[in-house]
Amino acid sequence: MTPILMNSYLQLGFYIAVLIALAKPLGWYMARVYEGKPFGLDRVLGPFERLIYRLCGIKADEEMNWKLYALAMLLFNFAGLLIVYALQRWQDFLPLNPQGFGAVTPDSAFNTAISFASNTNWQGYGGETTMSYLTQMLGLAVQNFISAATGMATLIAFIRGLSRHTAQTIGNFWVDMVRTTLYILLPLAIVLALIQVSQGVVQNFDTYQNVSLLQSTVDANGNVITEQSLPMGPAASQIAIKQLGTNGGGFFNVNSAHPFENPTPLSNFFEMLAILLIGAALCYTFGKMVGDTRQGWAVLAAMTIIFIALLALCVISEQNGNPAFTKMGIDQKAGALHSGGNMEGKEVRFGIVNSALWATATTAASNGSVNSMHDSYTALGGLVPMWLMQLGEIIYGGVGSGLYGMLVFAIIAVFVAGLMVGRTPEYLGKKIEAYEMKMASLVILIPPVVVLGFTALAVVTEWGKATIYNPGIHGFSEVLYAFSSQGNNNGSAFAGLGANNPFYNLTGGLAMLFARYWLAIPTLAIAGSLAKKKHIPSGPGTLATHTLLFVTLLIGIVIIVGALTFIPALALGPIVEHLIQ
Amino acid sequence: MKTLIRPALLLLLVLTIITGIIYPLLVTGIAQIVFPERANGSLIVKDGKTIGSELIGQSFDDPKYFWGRLSATGPFAYNAAASSGSNYGPTNPALFTAVQSRIDALRASDSSNTMPIPVDLVTASGSGLDPHISPAAAYYQASRIARVRGLEESEIRALIEKHIEGRQLGFLGEPRVNVLKLNLALDNLVKQ
Repeated sequence: MTPILMNSYLQLGFYIAVLIALAKPLGWYMARVYEGKPFGLDRVLGPFERLIYRLCGIKADEEMNWKLYALAMLLFNFAGLLIVYALQRWQDFLPLNPQGFGAVTPDSAFNTAISFASNTNWQGYGGETTMSYLTQMLGLAVQNFISAATGMATLIAFIRGLSRHTAQTIGNFWVDMVRTTLYILLPLAIVLALIQVSQGVVQNFDTYQNVSLLQSTVDANGNVITEQSLPMGPAASQIAIKQLGTNGGGFFNVNSAHPFENPTPLSNFFEMLAILLIGAALCYTFGKMVGDTRQGWAVLAAMTIIFIALLALCVISEQNGNPAFTKMGIDQKAGALHSGGNMEGKEVRFGIVNSALWATATTAASNGSVNSMHDSYTALGGLVPMWLMQLGEIIYGGVGSGLYGMLVFAIIAVFVAGLMVGRTPEYLGKKIEAYEMKMASLVILIPPVVVLGFTALAVVTEWGKATIYNPGIHGFSEVLYAFSSQGNNNGSAFAGLGANNPFYNLTGGLAMLFARYWLAIPTLAIAGSLAKKKHIPSGPGTLATHTLLFVTLLIGIVIIVGALTFIPALALGPIVEHLIQ
Repeated sequence: MKTLIRPALLLLLVLTIITGIIYPLLVTGIAQIVFPERANGSLIVKDGKTIGSELIGQSFDDPKYFWGRLSATGPFAYNAAASSGSNYGPTNPALFTAVQSRIDALRASDSSNTMPIPVDLVTASGSGLDPHISPAAAYYQASRIARVRGLEESEIRALIEKHIEGRQLGFLGEPRVNVLKLNLALDNLVKQ
């Protein structure tokens, strides 16, 4: 093995090892937070927490049934959405707008408001040329916290549905939101933000800095340019939470490829770790809360196995490079002095390994931040992020939403196993019956309908075709990627597609809305139904759901559903592109 | 329903104040005290004048300077106020045109150089602001710089070697050279 290859394995292995090692301590901590047991920080911030409840008129000990919980969640998210919309529309009259940006157009503001409320963070706009500091802070950064907390609250309600028996309620939405924000997201975000600043991520409220260039250059119109305008702003605080909360919306246009958003390999490591950190740890939280940590490890194992397999495909495809470049006599072979591979759209400090690792992690989770341009990936390298989104954002997935999506797949897996042996399926001591299966079917059917429906609409209308950027097959991939991303609340893009226009802003906005809330509601319905049921002790005929057998079954179900639904569409895009290149 | 609206609006307000105002101000406060230079853009100041940021690349196409990555920002390359990649797909003819014109420019400015061209020197970065090139891409340009500046190639290669930044902590990221810093050092070398 060459030293270069060994270093690649070392970087990938180190990442996965740190991620798994942190799952238990962080997962344990989060379980304490949600179970209301002491965990240290509550002694410091407890009075503050209770003050919030008093100020807001929240009765912390009053629990909600699933309908009330869902209604609270929807109301809260809708109110947040309206505020983000209003901030964008009126930012030209509001303070903290040193660059004097005008109001955002109605269709773009609509898309962006849904995008941030639904934890998608699809961005049709470029941050440094569109949004005032106030909009970024009060609108977008706040939603980064709130949408992440919403996902985690919904998951915890779902877990309560599994762990409680003969119960009418699944928790108090307000309490879950406050505790998630105060005890989990804020402390992690503060630590991560400061690490990022130490590496060079900007954090200030200055106007853009003009600096004189060493060598002057000429712009497209022939004007001589002697200065460069460096963007500034409170970037680190926003970047920390966009990574941790699987939001992904960049402060700057190119997201974490921007040197002010992600300046060094170390900042890159921590940002990448933050993408999957909470999602992986929640698996342990789940196991802890249902009283059997093996259940959590089994789900985490299934996720990690799929992740590693697709990661390998992405890294190898990108490292092999673009076959056309080789014909042009370009050196793409990795060596001690350069990383080689397909470097179009990638940064030298990250090279191939850290770019492909990020692309895989950000689409396994519904994060959607990028540190390289996915549109310029090789055909198979680009297929990986696309398919990971299409699997339903359940390989770690969005914080909270990823695990509840995966647990719905676990319910389907026990159902399929039950069909094979002719027994009523059970999961964690709860009988899975017709109502749960109907709701679970909704959860797996809605995203593909949204993704494929809107993709079809876009490629048969002039509105959809007009702003495709790359010619030929790759243009189709751009559209499929866009709706796979929005229809699963990811937010990354094949960014060549011109998406900031009424057609894509509207269809994309609807896709994000459906994907988020049409999935959260049936999930909470399952929770409500399961909470009411009696707990049945497992017998000799019960399928154990912590074994290697079950992990294999779960992986099989996820892959089969994902493959059957999307292989035809993928065949028209990246697969053909790979065959003809 | 009514009982939900009041806590929804009030909680939204309280969480907005905490996460939208207190949190960024707290981070800014600490950052400005502990890492002021980093928090403000890692600026390079020379003779009292700000001449760039060590994190943001600048455009170079003069043969006497090291060239950086291709940049797809508009309306001019390395426009730091409008970061952007090329977003060319792997089979887009426009990609091959852009790559070929960089190859032609490199060959034209140094026709006797027959070394293979490292891929990062002919492709556009993701941000359009990549401050780095690979050490291979810097060494590739050594012969041209030496000829144009009338210096020994060994001197240039020694300068490059001095500017190679290794992997962070010994294994993270890729070895690289900061183009702006290297060019500033190059100008200094000539002055001495």
